[in-house]
Amino acid sequence: MSFDIAVCRHLDGRDIALTCRADARLIALIGPSGVGKTSILNMVAGLLTPDEGHVAIGGERLFDRAAGIDVPPADRHAGYLFQDLRLFPHMRVEQNLRYGRRPGGNLSQDEVLTFLGIGHLLHRMPATLSGGEAQRVAIGRALLSAPRFLLMDEPLSGVDRARRDDILALIERLRDEMRLPILYVTHDMREAERLADLIVEMPGG
Amino acid sequence: MDFALSPQDWTVIGLSLKVSLVAVAAMLPVAFALAWILARWRFPGKLLLDALVHLPLVVPPVVTGWLLLLLFGINGPIGSRLDQWFGITLLFRWTGAALAAAIMAMPLMVRAMRLSIESVDRRLEQAAQTLGASPLRTFLSISLPLSLPGVLAGAMLGFARSIGEFGATITFVSDIPGETRTLPIAIYAALQVPGAEAAVSRFAVISVLLSLGALLMSELLARRVAKGRMPHVF
Repeated sequence: MSFDIAVCRHLDGRDIALTCRADARLIALIGPSGVGKTSILNMVAGLLTPDEGHVAIGGERLFDRAAGIDVPPADRHAGYLFQDLRLFPHMRVEQNLRYGRRPGGNLSQDEVLTFLGIGHLLHRMPATLSGGEAQRVAIGRALLSAPRFLLMDEPLSGVDRARRDDILALIERLRDEMRLPILYVTHDMREAERLADLIVEMPGG
Repeated sequence: MDFALSPQDWTVIGLSLKVSLVAVAAMLPVAFALAWILARWRFPGKLLLDALVHLPLVVPPVVTGWLLLLLFGINGPIGSRLDQWFGITLLFRWTGAALAAAIMAMPLMVRAMRLSIESVDRRLEQAAQTLGASPLRTFLSISLPLSLPGVLAGAMLGFARSIGEFGATITFVSDIPGETRTLPIAIYAALQVPGAEAAVSRFAVISVLLSLGALLMSELLARRVAKGRMPHVF
């Protein structure tokens, strides 16, 4: 089972919950803004502790309230592509890419640079990158950290229309060639239909 | 006006710089730790700690000097132990002047550093965690470099404050030429002597220049914090 998630967290006066058990390459989590999609990703990454439930991805139990399991975020091996990217502003692209590099990854830095076409950006500061370039660097940083699964939070939100197809094609390659389970957050049904094996709708309001 | 500096004048300037640099260097880690605790921790009594840190800013400096005398004097609870265990005496020594300057500089240093720590984007620290960074590595590679301009601004501000420190210093370590006579104390001493206006002017100009330089540096660094432009040293 690639995804076995059942989490619930009371936050800002409402309950954010998701139950999802599926063997899928890419699950799209869809719903209107503010419904708690990012909070779900944060719970899977270990940045937000669920009040109850469990999280297991690729057979590995990352959180289980009943069993007292709560793997720290640093040890979960999540390749988290944040909506706001969060490239480190005081480090060059190369340092950003190297930051999370761990042994055991199935990709070398050269392979990632070629795969994403970012080899020419290594000496640039993040502030000088375009939206699409920054997006690809953030994906590269996540891939080089030897992730066991990927969390993607609206990866097309900061990308102009012309670049969207490139990034979508890239995500399809990640899904098909890297064979990493991907939990993908979006509010665009067409995007979800193109990428996902399974679409989970989070009801609004 | 004669601006030629005598060897005694250079002694005063050298001593002032030494006292202020040692005060800032010694207070830097303490002020950063206090700023970090005030910016990041939540605990009962935080308000009281905040008030205590700011106390030297608002109580008369002579009271701070008197408290230092009580604590670090020969018979004080800390002073007597420092003397017995390590043979260290701060009273009437330049090291005592540095302690007084450090205490008086602390509130300004902590304020600048706290603002800078609070302005660090916590989401970047979360990103570092998901990339496998330990809390220590996250601190050293993300939090510290990003708050560095504020830390340096705080140090500059503390240095400017130390250069001008008078009340607590003269109360705690008195006026001993060559040992505790820093610039403000030298100005005060010269004012007591008829016809020493030239010396007063010289010391006053030097004090203003040193403090102004430090303040300008502090302001420049603070603006970097405000604009989010960090020095690319890491």
